[in-house]
Formats: sequence, structure tokens, C-alpha cells
Amino acid sequence: MGSQILMHVNFLYWLLLTLKCSFAATYSDLSNLSSNSTSHYKPDHHEADSSAQDERLYVFTVDYNYVQIPCEVTLWILLASLAKIGFRLYHRLPSLMPESCLLIAIGALVGAIIFGTDHKSPPVMTTNIYFLYLLPPIVLEEGYFMPTRPFFENFVSILWWSVLGSLLNAFGIGLSLYGICQIEAFGLTDVNLLQNLLFGSMISAVDPVAALVVLEEASVNEQLYMMIFGESLLNDGITVVLYNIFIAFTQMHRYEEIESVDVLAGFARFFVVGLGGVLFGIAFGFVSAFMTRFTQNISAIEPLLVFMFSYLSYLSAEILYISGILAMTACAVTMKKYVEENVSQNSYTTIKYFMKMLSSVSETLIFVFMGVSTVGRNHEWNWAFISFTLLFCSIWRVLSVFVLFYISNKFRTYPFTIKDQLIIAYSGLRGASSFSLAFLLPMHLFPRKNMFITATLVVIYFTVFIQGITIGPLVKYLDVKKTNKKESINEEIHMRMMDHLKAGIEDICGHWSHYQLRDKFKKFDNKYLKKILIRENQPKSSIVSLYKKMEIKQAIEMAESGIKSSAVSTVSFHYRNQRIHRLSPEEVESMRDMLAHSLYQVRQRTPSYNRHNLPTEKSEKQAKEILIRRQNSLRQSIRKGNSLPWGKPASTKNVRFLSLPYGTNHPARRKARHGASTGDSSSDMDSVSSIMFSPQLQAGSFGANRGQQEMVPMERFDRRGKLLDFAAQRGSLRKKDQAGRIRRSAFMPKPQFDAVFEEEIQGYESEAEEGAASRPTVKWAAEERNVRHFHKAPSPPFWRK
Amino acid sequence: MGSSSSVPAEVQELAAKTGFTLEQIEHLHRRFKHISGDQPTIRKESFDRIPDLEFNPIRSKIVRAFFDRRNLRQAQGGLADEINFEDFLTIMSYFRPMEMNMDEEQLDCFRKEKLKFLFHMYDADNDGKISLQEYRKVVEELLSRNPHLEKESARSIADGAMMEAASICVGQMEPDQVYEGITFEDFLKMWQGSDIDTKMHVRFLNMETIAHCH
Repeated sequence: MGSQILMHVNFLYWLLLTLKCSFAATYSDLSNLSSNSTSHYKPDHHEADSSAQDERLYVFTVDYNYVQIPCEVTLWILLASLAKIGFRLYHRLPSLMPESCLLIAIGALVGAIIFGTDHKSPPVMTTNIYFLYLLPPIVLEEGYFMPTRPFFENFVSILWWSVLGSLLNAFGIGLSLYGICQIEAFGLTDVNLLQNLLFGSMISAVDPVAALVVLEEASVNEQLYMMIFGESLLNDGITVVLYNIFIAFTQMHRYEEIESVDVLAGFARFFVVGLGGVLFGIAFGFVSAFMTRFTQNISAIEPLLVFMFSYLSYLSAEILYISGILAMTACAVTMKKYVEENVSQNSYTTIKYFMKMLSSVSETLIFVFMGVSTVGRNHEWNWAFISFTLLFCSIWRVLSVFVLFYISNKFRTYPFTIKDQLIIAYSGLRGASSFSLAFLLPMHLFPRKNMFITATLVVIYFTVFIQGITIGPLVKYLDVKKTNKKESINEEIHMRMMDHLKAGIEDICGHWSHYQLRDKFKKFDNKYLKKILIRENQPKSSIVSLYKKMEIKQAIEMAESGIKSSAVSTVSFHYRNQRIHRLSPEEVESMRDMLAHSLYQVRQRTPSYNRHNLPTEKSEKQAKEILIRRQNSLRQSIRKGNSLPWGKPASTKNVRFLSLPYGTNHPARRKARHGASTGDSSSDMDSVSSIMFSPQLQAGSFGANRGQQEMVPMERFDRRGKLLDFAAQRGSLRKKDQAGRIRRSAFMPKPQFDAVFEEEIQGYESEAEEGAASRPTVKWAAEERNVRHFHKAPSPPFWRK
Repeated sequence: MGSSSSVPAEVQELAAKTGFTLEQIEHLHRRFKHISGDQPTIRKESFDRIPDLEFNPIRSKIVRAFFDRRNLRQAQGGLADEINFEDFLTIMSYFRPMEMNMDEEQLDCFRKEKLKFLFHMYDADNDGKISLQEYRKVVEELLSRNPHLEKESARSIADGAMMEAASICVGQMEPDQVYEGITFEDFLKMWQGSDIDTKMHVRFLNMETIAHCH
């Protein structure tokens, strides 16, 4: 099956390629044609045609010139996308090699075609275009999807490692290569120290996205992941800063005239540029968050605000020659928290997907360019330089890892083991950034630019293909410590307890640690920032996701209306007493608050980064699936009639739902809706519990899905239906219809929430009422009022982070 | 306390008992004196001298933990009225980070100690298990800082958590089975896999003393 599709896809490839070839051929024809008529050439191609054709009106004309650049770019992107589709279709491939390999291969293919047809590739990659258009999306996406809590917990280590690591690598490689260049035999003596240093800084730009994907799949422990992630984030900025400094030096007087003053100025500049960038970014982040506070009536411009402000932060930083990359990263990180709470659900989705799309387009283009450059004439192969580059890259990386971590381990309470360090050293894959920097070297300053490009390409190919493919098996072989993925309410509670406990003990000890720092920041945040930056009419916790949760909870509860809490009350839940109170809107709201607040932290604990994929897709589907099955089970149990004892075993029909593939969402959903309106209470809790199994099964198979771990435990206690008692309420039939309808609207936003709600609902099932008729109405009112809010909540990312 | 040669024997003994280094004991002693106002013992009220602690939502539990006889290893329950420096150190020793030279057994023991400390914080009435009421109290306290939270909400979260715990610990339950509460074994089970070793420690205790404010 997969191979068939693969064949189809291959066919499409070849079709596209032939299209491109024909374009190329046509172009070369046209170039001949147009060269004849250059004197008459005007921007308007119609005119050019007619003037060249001797006053004859041709019915059919072709002008490729006009659309060449956009057309080719589009074709490249399409080709890469098709490649990605094909890549995923063949299941074994993604586990064998990282996606970057694929992109490079496609690039090389395109390059080969262009070279073969002797076609001049459009000048897509110039300094301006790269730094102004291609780089920002990638940086923005990295910054936006960064998991903030683990990042800041390990912030000092990350900073220490990225900054010093980059510097050490850059200077180390540069100086060693300079040493090599001094050797007469290699013919490299014209490459002076500055050029070598520049090359060193370029080549030390790591791009470990591929490694991150592998590590995430292997679910390595959080600290390790964060180190590599943080490095990738900061390394770009640092390398570009270094690069610019060195270029400035090169452009200065002759190299011999550089004095120590200049060197010091270089250092100072490094700090100014770095810190300035961060401050700039934070300022822009706040402004942008503030803006989104007022956009409730015009939610369509919210994504625009986000993107434009981030881009503006980048551009304004560049005006002042401070690091735009760091500015943009800081902006994204700052902005995200508040923006997420302000923007509508749809805007949030748009932002997320658009960001991913832009960054993936950029990356594709860069890789294609890399491929195009590979197969070209602008190479200079120098055995010595290239092989020593490769050698020094590896040596210096390993050296810097071990030295720097040896020192930082002394200060960390969680020291990195040798295994961890090995993995970190091995994940130093180079990527698009090194290549771009090499490609954009000004030729007049670097007469041996081609050699640099060749060397860079060799290093990239080596690291991406060889290291990228082998890092997976290496991780498995080393059996690196895994992360604990179990996320549950209990863990959440315990974690927070622990945090407060630690903060308390540290207060008692008089020690000031980063926990207190974080506490203080949180206090400041709550007191001032949130008031300014977050919308007024939001619940105080300003985490709108809760709304949705409670909404759906109520909706489903209403659908099941008449479900009673267990008389057994084995855990001594005194639900019945509280049931009546529960439903007033204020209480609902506060419940939301509380839940959001308590659950807020959960999302921050899960690093999940994948440039090529939105990491939550699976969990979304999962959530949807769970919800649908839940409805099905409801329907089932409803059909069975009233007051079935909750101890009834699951029917086979329900069990069968377990094996439903994801694709059956819609019919199931529709059925569920009907089911809700026809039946009475659900009594078969085991059917609900059967839902538990599936999340668990899938949770096991999706390594990176922490989102639904949360769901599983909650579902499970539903299984303890022993605690819950369900009785039918025929009177509420009518209400169910309405509930069904409301639920429909409830489903429109992210299903992720639905499932989460579902958990809550299940959890609160114990609190479910005897189904007094008045209850549904009250809930109803609350729901009506809040349905509007549904579409505003952004929260799915909460789980995904 | 000057050079090591003039270190009194009691300090050495304390160091041996609790596992702290001499500098750490020194620093903690200074801190103890500050809290107690130069008295030999601390009472619950003494903790009012620490202004930062006011903002901690579980302040009462933390303070109580200091006086809990179970933590002090004196008895099976009850609260002491006042504690001396040695008791203070005993409580603090629960927060020592794991040391690299510990073997598996020691680590396991250490881990259990820490978890027991936590457990005692939850289990106020000392019946060996965390009942729903106790759990609710804990959650309420945790969320007490948020002025917009109601007790109802905290209660429902606690209920949900309890159910989850029941499912994890007991697994499949019969219809009429009663889940009494989280026992210590269940508690251990819940914490299995998460690295309490890395979380429940105070970094300070591993480094040179940092100048404390005051």
C-alpha cells in the first residue's frame, strides 16, 4: 500500500521534474529569442512580444521570463513538499534518517537538473534576501515554540554552553586552520588569520534540528534536550554576531592595522549586540502583547500583529546593528505567553501553522540552494583545507563539550553524565546557517570564497548524513536517561508542592536561588504585567482554555443529563451536597480559573520541538478520538436503557471502538450526536473505561505525546465507575438535543480541548447531579454565555509545549 | 567557629549525623540563631521572622513539618513545641542533594526519606494514608494564593487527583471497593519514575555558603 503511493508520488516527481526541464529548455529558447529583440525589450512582456514579432498578432505566445523567479521558487517548494510527503509515506524512512537529509538530497537533485540543463538559477539567495526574508521565519519559529520553563530552569547552563561553546569552537577552529594554512605545502598561505577566524565562526554554527527530532523521538531526559535546544537557539545569534564582527574587521583597514583597541571594541560590541538584541526583543514583545489586548473585535488581524511585530523587532535591531536574531527570539518568547491568552482560537491556530509553514519554506529554499550550489562550477577543492576542517570541527566540538561541561557540572545539581556529553557532542550537525553564511561572503574580500563554500558543504553533508543517520542508533545504544513522561494531575500537584516547599526551605536557609527568582518574577508578572497586557474580560487566570474545558464539560454533562453520582461514594466524596452549588456561572468560572491555573504548569513542562511538524497533531487526533469514543459509549449506554448498574461489563461493541482508525472521526461524531439526543443516561461506565485503553495504547506508541498522558489518568478514574452511579433521566431528553447542538459548536475548536474537557467531565462525573431539570437550565445559561468564548481560546499549545 | 582544629565535638557529631559539611553547619547555625532570636530553640512563631515565607502558600505546612515528630525521628506522631538546632539540621538534611558517591541502596534509602517527608506533609492526621479530606486541604492551600479560586474548585481538583491516584495505585476496583486513601506505598508508586532526587534538594546545601541577607 505504501509502496503504491510511493510509486504515485515518484510519478509526480518525475512529472514535476520534466516540467521543470521543459521550462528550462523553453527558457533557453526564449533567451535566444529575446536576445534578438533586446532593443525592443520592455518590462511589459506583451509589448515585447508584439514588437518582436513583426506586427503579427500571435494567438499563442510563451514568455517564461516574466514568471521565471516566482515560478521556479514555487516549483522548488512544491518539489520539497512532495518529497516530504513521500518521505513520510514510507514508514521506515523517518526513523532512518532526518528530514534534513531529504531536503539536501532534493536540493542536490534540483541542482543537478539546473546544472544539466545549463540553466541559470534565479538569484534567490543574496545577502539581503537571506538576512531579511529567509532567516527571520526560521528564527521566529524556533523562539516561539520554545518550551519556556525548562529553558529558564537551565538557563545559566544553556547560556554558558552556547556562548562559550560557540566562541571556543569558532576561535579554536579558526586558529587551528590558520596554523594549517601556514604550512606551505598546502597552498593556503594566502588565507590570513582573519579569514580563518571568520571561517571558524561560520562553520561553528550548528543546526541540530535533526538531532532534536531524533532525541525527541527517543524521549531523552529534559535537561539534555534543553541543552541542545538552547544551543541551537542561541548559537545562530552568536555566530551571526561573530560573523558580522569579523566581516567588519575585514572591511576595516588592512589586517595588520588591527590594534588591540579594535579587538576590545569587538568584545564590547559582542556584548552590546547580544544583550541589546534581547532587550529590544523583550520591548517589542510587550508592545505586541499589549496590542493584542484590544483586538477582540477584529481577531483577523491578530496573526498579523504577531508576525509584524516580531519582524519589526528583527528589522529595528538590524538597523542598529544589534543582533536581530536574538531580538526576534526574545520577542517571540516574551510575546507568546500573553498573546496566547489574548488571541482567539482561530488566530492562534493560524499563527502556529503559518509560522511553521514560513519556516519550512525558508528552510527548504535554503537547502535547495545548498543543493544547487553543490552541483555547480563554483567549487575549489583543496584536500588539506577540507579534511582538516572536518577534523577540527569534530575535535573542537568534543573538546569544548567536555571542558565546558566539566566546569558547569561542578555547579549543577544535576550533572551531565559522560553519555549525555557524548550525545551533545555528537549532535553538532551543521546546516543551513553555515551554508548561508559561507555563500554570502563578499567575493572581493575573500578571494578564496569557493574553497570556503566547498569546505562548508562537505562538513554539512558529512554531519547531516553520517551523524544524522547514526545519532538515533547511538542514543539507543548509549541508553541515555529517559524523561518521565507521565503527566497527571497528581504529579502536577506534587510538583507545585515541591516548588513551594523548595522556595520555602530556601527562604528559611536564607539562600537565594532561581526558584525565588522565578517566584518573584511570577509575583511581578501577576501584579503588573498581566493586568496591562491581558484582556480585561478574561477570567482572572486569563487562561481561556479552561473556558472551553468547562463548556464542553457542561455540554457533555448535559447530554448525559441525569447521570448520578455513585451512591456508594466509596472515596467518601460528598458530591451530592455540592452538586447544586456547582453550576452557578461564577463558580464555574472560578473552577475554570483554578483548573487552568493548576494545569497551566503542565503544559510548560513538556519540550516538544519539531520544525517539520507541529508536534501536537497526533495528540489532537487522539483527543478527538477519545471524545468520539466517549460519545459513542455514551450513546451505547444510553441505548441500553435506564439505571443500569455501573458495574456492567463493557459490551463488545464498545471494545471494538478501540480499534477504530483515526479516520472514522466524522461518522462516529455524527452518530454520537444523535445518540446523545435519543438516549438517556449512560450507565455503562466500563464502556467509558474502554476509552481509557486506547489513549493508553496510543500514548505508548507516540513517544512525543505528552499531551494525552494527562488524559489517561483522568479517564481511568472514570473507570472507577464503581464510584459513579448513573441513572437515567428521561425528562432531560429535550435538553440533550440542545446539548448535542451546543456540543457541535463546542467541537469546532481544537479537539484537544474536547478531550481534556472530557477528562474533566469524567472527573467531575462524580459530581454530576441527579439531573434535576433546573440544573440543565442553569448550566445552559452559563453555556450560552460562554459559548462565545469558545472560539477565543488558544490553548491547545498549552499541551503541546 | 574558626579553624577546624577548634571545632567542638558536638559540631563534628552533628556533621556526622546529618551529613552536612562544617561550613554548611556553620551557616545553618547562623540562620538558626537569626530565626530563633538567639534562643536555643525555635518555636512556630519564630518563623514569622522570615518575611519571604509569608508569600508561600503552603507556609503553614512547611512550618508544621519542622515540628512534626515523625520528621524529627522522635516519635510516630504528634508535634513538638520547639526544636533545637540539631532538629533543625535533621529537617534540613532531608533536602540534601544526592551525592555521587552513594550506592544504589543508599540512594534508594535517601529517596524514601525524602518521599516520607513529603508524605508527612500531606498526611496531617498521621493515620498512614492521605485521605480525601487531607488531599483537599493540600490542594486548597496550594491554590490559596490565587484570590479568584474557590474552595469548590480546589476540592474538585483534589477529587480528580484522588481518583487518578486510585486508578494508578489500586488498578481495577470492584464496585463496592472502597479506596481509603493514599498509603505510603501508593505514594511511592506515584512518584516512581519521576526524579525526586533532582527536584527535592536545595542547591545551597551543596555549595559554599552564600552571604545571606541580614
